[in-house]
Parts: sequence; C-alpha cells; structure tokens
Amino acid sequence: MANSTSERLAEKTKAAQADPVSMMAVLAPAVGWLIPGAGHIIQKRWIRGGLLFVSITTLFVLGLAMQGRIYKANGGDILEILGFIGDVGAGGLYIVTLAADWGQGAIAFATADYGTKFMIVAGLLNFIAVADAYHIAIGKKQ
Amino acid sequence: MTITLNHFSAALVFAFFASIVFGITHRETTREMVRYGAYCFAMFLGGVLVAGWAMWVLRR
Repeated sequence: MANSTSERLAEKTKAAQADPVSMMAVLAPAVGWLIPGAGHIIQKRWIRGGLLFVSITTLFVLGLAMQGRIYKANGGDILEILGFIGDVGAGGLYIVTLAADWGQGAIAFATADYGTKFMIVAGLLNFIAVADAYHIAIGKKQ
Repeated sequence: MTITLNHFSAALVFAFFASIVFGITHRETTREMVRYGAYCFAMFLGGVLVAGWAMWVLRR
C-alpha cells in the first residue's frame, strides 16, 4: 500500500517536472517575443499562434494609429521607465516603430492616451504569450 | 492614418483582444479557452460599465 502510494507520488512528480533546458525552450520564447504568436506557431500551435499574432499586433497598430506615444529606454521618471518596459514587450513591433520614428505623439487628446496604453498593453500581453510559449516548450502545457 | 475611437469603442476593442490572449494563455483545452475568454470579456466590459456609473454617481 505504501509502495503504491509512493510510486504514484513519484510518477506525479516526474510528470510535473519538465525539462527546462532544450533548444525549443530557448527558441520559442525568443521568437515569440520578436514576432507575437510565433513562439506558438513554431511549436505547431497554429490557431493559437495566429490568434495571438492578430490580437497583439492589432492592439499595437491601433495604438499607433490613435497617435499613441512610444516610450524609449532613456526615460527619466518611473512612469516612462514602466512605459518602456511595457512597450518593449512587443518585440519586433517596438523595434520597427522606433526605427521608423513613429509613435512620437504628444498625447494631446484622449484618443492618443488610449493609443499609448494600447501599445503598452500589447507589449505586456506579448510577455504573457512568451511565457505560455515557454510552458508549451517545456511540456508544462499542451 | 489616424483612427479616432470613442471611449466605449476603445474599451470594447481592448477587452476583445485582451480576452483572446487571456483565454489562450490561461487555459488548456479549446473549450476552456473560449469560455475563459468570454468570461474575461464580460468582466472587462462589466467593469467598464460599473466604473462609469460609479464615476457618474461620484460626480453628482
């Protein structure tokens, strides 16, 4: 009785432990950060990856179209640093926006403020998506 | 190209896409993902409506 209980416990522990070190465990989060949803797509979760790509990219692009402002790394106060951390989560979208010098809005009206927040949230959602891609890669999630 | 959304439309769009991401990343099966995403959407919109009315009451 005790043996079967401990065997069951050992099996459960083994199943719960996933191998965190593998090529995909590094590649999926990296690619997923760079292109929203790509971390899922390279692991053959096509629909999930596609939906993540559409959702995060649409939020970011809408934010830009609403004249939102992008934050840069050299922001002085804490709010600008937090904004930067959110924006950088969007990965390639953020890089392209910086390179093209977009997102320089002055946030002079409400819609632009929403746009700024849309871009920050898109980045934060991408962080969540990257974590999800990592969990799939290590076998913690199907 | 500039897009102008009113407050409710912005909240609706935000809730829709955020709910999709939450549903996908917080649940395992497709059915659970859809249900949780719908739940998140309802909570987002419900929260917006409650907050709006609360602000109206405070304003009065």
